[in-house]
Amino acid sequence: MTITLSIIYLITTIAFVIGLKMLGHPETAKRGNLISGIGMGLAIFATIFLHDFEVPSTNYLLIGIALLIGAILGYLIAMKVAMTKMPELVSLFNGFGGGSALLIGLVEFSNFSTDVTQTSTIIAAVIIGSITFTGSLIAWAKLNGSMKDIRLPKYNLINNLVVLALIAFGAYIVMYDPTSLTLIYLLLAASLVYGVLFVIPIGGADMPVVISLLNSLTGIAAAITGILYGNMVMMVGGILVGSAGLILTFIMCKAMNRSLSNVVFGAFGGGDAATAAVGKTGGTIKKTTASDSAILLNYASKVVIVPGYGLAVAQAQHVIHELEELLTKKGVDVSYAIHPVAGRMPGHMNVLLAESNVSYDKLIEMDNINPQFPNTDVVLVVGANDVVNPAAHNDPSSPIYGMPILDVENAKHIIVNKRSMNVGYAGIENELFFNQKTSMLFGDAKSALTELVNELKNM
Amino acid sequence: MNELVEFISNNLQLIYILILAIFIGVELIKNVPSVLHTPLMSGANALSGVVIVGALLVMLQAKPDDYLSLGLGFVAVILGILNVVGGFVVTDRMLQMFKKKK
Repeated sequence: MTITLSIIYLITTIAFVIGLKMLGHPETAKRGNLISGIGMGLAIFATIFLHDFEVPSTNYLLIGIALLIGAILGYLIAMKVAMTKMPELVSLFNGFGGGSALLIGLVEFSNFSTDVTQTSTIIAAVIIGSITFTGSLIAWAKLNGSMKDIRLPKYNLINNLVVLALIAFGAYIVMYDPTSLTLIYLLLAASLVYGVLFVIPIGGADMPVVISLLNSLTGIAAAITGILYGNMVMMVGGILVGSAGLILTFIMCKAMNRSLSNVVFGAFGGGDAATAAVGKTGGTIKKTTASDSAILLNYASKVVIVPGYGLAVAQAQHVIHELEELLTKKGVDVSYAIHPVAGRMPGHMNVLLAESNVSYDKLIEMDNINPQFPNTDVVLVVGANDVVNPAAHNDPSSPIYGMPILDVENAKHIIVNKRSMNVGYAGIENELFFNQKTSMLFGDAKSALTELVNELKNM
Repeated sequence: MNELVEFISNNLQLIYILILAIFIGVELIKNVPSVLHTPLMSGANALSGVVIVGALLVMLQAKPDDYLSLGLGFVAVILGILNVVGGFVVTDRMLQMFKKKK
């Protein structure tokens, strides 16, 4: 490796650290992303041109073609996809990274495979790369809606056994048969299958956590291949992503008051949650119409909108902004209450609302908005459920007990827009809906809000 | 046991680097506001595309008649650069939206 190359790798590594740091603050985030991007570009060009061995020109040609195809495709996909589809897109790209790592592992298996350390590194790259590859693709398909949760009976037991088998299998290859191509292909197939098994039972709302976890794994796969080549930028970059991704995973879990094992080994939506759903509440709900809600909103002086998953799914972010503008024009003080896990991914709601030009300062985080609810005339809950469920405060037997929620029940009136009385992700009833102050506005978020807007316009 | 001791003493520098990098990663992310979780995840995802460097090395070192390495390396480069370009562009698009409107 030439000294210039090493220095460029060092610069790239520093760019990664600084970029990631800047990505953590709203004002500097965009520049941070640019800095790590430039670092990556430098590393790529330096790798291609600054090596100290002979490279046949056909190889250069092929590299150029591959880079061109991938870069154009990546750019087009990234630019075309709607903002509501962001989570699955991140997952898709992550899967590609994993796929790249597994292919590298496969190639190098036939080249190296003499030394125990190197063989075990390669085996680890193949296993982890394959799991992130198929796992991310499944996560993508599930978020896309083209695949449902599938729970095989005893899937926890099966999955754990498969992991153990993978490790044992990998160890066997390293110890006894480090040159067998048949075995490495078998290992590859088994790892790919495990990626599918791992993600397939996990519920839609937990998907962000899983994607974050898979993202962390891709980082580790990159780091492992880095060890193989003694390449510092891959090693440090990969480990950075690995640890940052893991911490992010934990932060997300914490915001949902779940443990990681709870997400991965699933409890919600399973047998025990279903029994919890029956128990509680009964009583009657109060239905309302768009025109009644419009009157209520029109004469309020302070309105808080609570957007949730349902709003994101119905792509109603533009209509809600229209509603907000209309009310503001009528002299109503409107703000949005953002729960940390609102939307399809933590922070996703902010991105969506920002996309429809809702101004920054109208988005208020949970801890700041909660004290304001007692002075709020109307709360409009759109497609959110578990994040406004008072059971989190007052029912210790509830699976969401202890989760921080938006205390909307303190407001004077609550309008809840929902498709139906179906339970939310946690699979539990929400006593908020049976509250005296609550009226239910049934319907798809987009059409219900459009109706609301029309009613308001006619007033 | 001896092998483990040998491995550690041979790779001491590497182990230092890895452990310090883990701590840096944790510290960088620890206090990020939830607003930025999605862009951050996407940005980190773009960084994991650094695996492309490995894919490039595979292609650079492949013999011209080693079609398996060339073929797999070719696909690996495509997948890697997809991860890199797509990751950075998507993150940029997300962050674009956080820009303050006048």
